[in-house]
Amino acid sequence: MHIQEELSQRHVLSLTVSNEAGILARIAGLFTARGYNIDSLTVADITQDHGVSRITIVTNGPPKVIDQIIAQLDRLVPVHKVTDLTEAGPFVERELALVKVAGVGEDRIEALRLADVFRAKVVDTTIESFIFEITGTTDKIDNFVGLMRQIGLVEVGRTGVVGLIRGKEAN
Amino acid sequence: MAEKSGADILVECLIDLGVEVVFGYPGGAVLPIYDALYNHPTIKHVLVRHEQGATHMAEGYARSTGKPGVVLVTSGPGATNAVTGITDALMDSIPMVVITGQVPTQLIGTDAFQEADTIGITRHCSKHNYLVKTPGKLAEVIHEAFHIATTGRPGPVVVDIPKNVQIATAPYAKPELKVHASYRPQTKADAAGIDAAVEMLAAAERPVFYTGGGVINSGPQASALLRELAALTGAPVTSTLMGLGAYPASGDAWLGMLGMHGTFEANWAMNQADLILCIGARFDDRVTGRLDAFAPNSRKVHIDIDRSSINKIVDVDVPIVADIASALDDMIALWKQRNHQKADLTQWWARIAGWRARKSLDYAENSIEIMPQRAIADLYAATKATGKDVIITTEVGQHQMWAAQHFGFDAPNKWLTSGGLGTMGYGFPAAIGAQMGNPDSITICIAGDASIQMNIQELGTASQYRLPVKIFILNNEYMGMVRQWQELTYESRYSNSYSDSLPDFVKLGEAYGWTGIRIEGPQELEAGIRQMLETDGPVIVDCRVAKMSNCFPMIPSGASHTDMLLDPSQVKGSMTDEAKALV
Repeated sequence: MHIQEELSQRHVLSLTVSNEAGILARIAGLFTARGYNIDSLTVADITQDHGVSRITIVTNGPPKVIDQIIAQLDRLVPVHKVTDLTEAGPFVERELALVKVAGVGEDRIEALRLADVFRAKVVDTTIESFIFEITGTTDKIDNFVGLMRQIGLVEVGRTGVVGLIRGKEAN
Repeated sequence: MAEKSGADILVECLIDLGVEVVFGYPGGAVLPIYDALYNHPTIKHVLVRHEQGATHMAEGYARSTGKPGVVLVTSGPGATNAVTGITDALMDSIPMVVITGQVPTQLIGTDAFQEADTIGITRHCSKHNYLVKTPGKLAEVIHEAFHIATTGRPGPVVVDIPKNVQIATAPYAKPELKVHASYRPQTKADAAGIDAAVEMLAAAERPVFYTGGGVINSGPQASALLRELAALTGAPVTSTLMGLGAYPASGDAWLGMLGMHGTFEANWAMNQADLILCIGARFDDRVTGRLDAFAPNSRKVHIDIDRSSINKIVDVDVPIVADIASALDDMIALWKQRNHQKADLTQWWARIAGWRARKSLDYAENSIEIMPQRAIADLYAATKATGKDVIITTEVGQHQMWAAQHFGFDAPNKWLTSGGLGTMGYGFPAAIGAQMGNPDSITICIAGDASIQMNIQELGTASQYRLPVKIFILNNEYMGMVRQWQELTYESRYSNSYSDSLPDFVKLGEAYGWTGIRIEGPQELEAGIRQMLETDGPVIVDCRVAKMSNCFPMIPSGASHTDMLLDPSQVKGSMTDEAKALV
C-alpha cells in the first residue's frame, strides 16, 4: 500500500487576532494538529493600544483544505477575522530579507551591481563583506539569494510574507 | 469596594452563574478554593475518586440537564488526569468548565512540585483556555468561560488559576455581559440557505433527514421542531449515535441509527436518497463509510452551528450555518408560508419497507446463553414498564452499539455515550453525573466487562452521595469489539482481547456497599432486571452473555452503505491493507 498525495495551491492568509498570550501557539498548533502546511508566518502588533495583532500565513494545500484551514482558524476564540488574500482580490505582498555576502575583488563589485538591479540596500559592510537589505515578493528574494549564492552567500534572514488588499478599504 | 480573595471571587462567580454542583478532587494548588467551598450552602461538591471521573460526571450532568458541567481539580496530575474527559467533551460538544489549580505565578516554569503546563497541554483539546494571573481579572474570565462553553458549538473551557491568585485580593463586582471582541458565533441562518433548503425539500422524491448530536445540543425545542418538520414533509429520519432521542424511536418516520452499526434501511435510504438534509451531524467516518460511495446521487443540505464542520468531509450543495432550533424554525415558517404540501412519498416508503423487511437487527437465540441484544431489549421493556424517566449511559464497545440498536429513545438528553473520542470509562461516571442532575430518574450505565474497569473506582463516589445508579454489565469476558475486529481482519488471532482475571463484580459492588446481582442464563434475565429496578440504592449487575456474539449489521471499514454484513456467515476473516489501514 502507498499513500497518495493531493495537488497543492499557495494561499496567503491574513488574520487579525487579540494580542493575548498563547495565540501564536494556538495557531501554530492548529496547523500541526490537523496536518496543514505553513510556508511562512509573520506576526506583529498593529494597533495603538496593542490589543490586536496581524498574522500573515503563507500556506499550501488543495482548495478543500484551504477552506478548512480558514474555517478552523475562524473558530478560534481570539481570532477576529480571517481573509484569504489569494481569493479576496488583488493584494500586495512583501517580504524583507537580510543577505550577508562575503567576497573580494570582482565578486564584491558584482554583488553591488546585482544589489542595484534588485534595489537592495547595503546596511552593513566590512572590507570583505556586505549585508544587503532587500524587500519584495518571495520570488524576487529567492532570485536575489540564488544569485548571491554563486558569489559568496554567508547567511540569510527572512521575515516571511506580509500582505494587504489593494485599494482604500480596510480589510 | 470591599476586596475579596481570588478563591472567594471564583465562588461568587459560580453562584452568580447558577452553578449547583461541582465535580472535583482537592490538592495543594486548589486548597484556597476548597476552603472557600467549605460547608457551602448552595454549591454542592462531589468528591470523585479520580479526576477523569470528575470530567465524565460533568459531561453526564451537562448532557442530561442541558446545563454546563463544572470540574475542579488541582495542578499537575489533577489537570493531566482531566485531559481525556476534556478531549471527550470537545469531540462531543459538551458544555463544561474545568477549573485547574496551578503553582503560584512566581514558580511557573521552574518545574515546581505538581507543576504541569496545563494551558499548553489543554490548548488543543479545549474550546478555549485561560491562565489567570491576577485576581482582578478572574471574574471576567470565569463569566466569559461559561459564555464560551455554553454558546455556539458547546465545548470544554479550561481556567488555570495559580495558587497565589486564589489568595490575593481584588475588588469584586458581578461583570456586565458585554459583546465579545472576536467570539460571536452565528446562530441565525442566512435567508437564502433556508429558502433553497425548503424548496429542495418540497421537490424531493426520496428525502432523508440525517440528524445528529447538534439537535440535542440546541435544546429540547430543536427536537420538537425536528418532529414537526418531519411530520410536515413526511420524510424518513435517521440519526447518528449522538443524536438518538431527538426524533423518537417509536415515531412513524424512524429508520433507526445509520452508519457502521446502523440499520439496513437507514443505510440504504441514505444511499438511494435524492436529498439528504443533514441536521447537526458532521459526516463522521463511522457514518459515511467509503466516501466515494456515500449517498452518491443525492443533493445535500447541511445545517451546523460550526462552519468548519461544513464541507470538511463531504461537499454539500446548501451550507447553512445556524443553531439547529433557529434554522428549523425558519424552515417550518417558510414551508407553511409557501403553503407547501407533503409530497407523495409512497414509492419511497415502499422501498424503505422492502429494506426494513430484511430485519437487520434480528439475532438468533438459544435456551442456554443470554444474547446481549436480548438483554438490552428486556432492559428496555422493563424500564419502559416502570413509567419513570430513564437515562441510559454507556461505555464503549459492542455493548454500546447493542444499546444504541435495541434500546428505544423517545426523548432527547436521555442517551449519554462517548461518540467522537470513544472513551472507555465514560459511562459509569457519566451516570453518576446524570443522577446528580436528575435525582428522580432511573439512571443505568450499560457497560462491558472491560470498559467498566476503566473508572470502576467511582463505585465509592456513588456510595458516598447515596446515588442509586445502576450498572448493567454485559459480561462476555472479552474486549468484544476488539475481538470482533480481529475476527474480521486478523483471522481471529485474539491478541490481548481476552478479559483475564476479571473481578467478581457482585462482591466488588458489595465491598462498596452496593447491591450485586448475577444473571447467569436466559431464565434469570427478567427477574434479575426486575430486582435491579426494584432495589433502592446503587446496583451492579453482572449479566453473563453469549461470549462470542458479534455486533451486526456492520459496514466493515472501507466498505460502502450498500456492502453491509448482516450476519456472521458473511465474515471473510481477512481484509486488504487499504481497508485495514482505515480506523
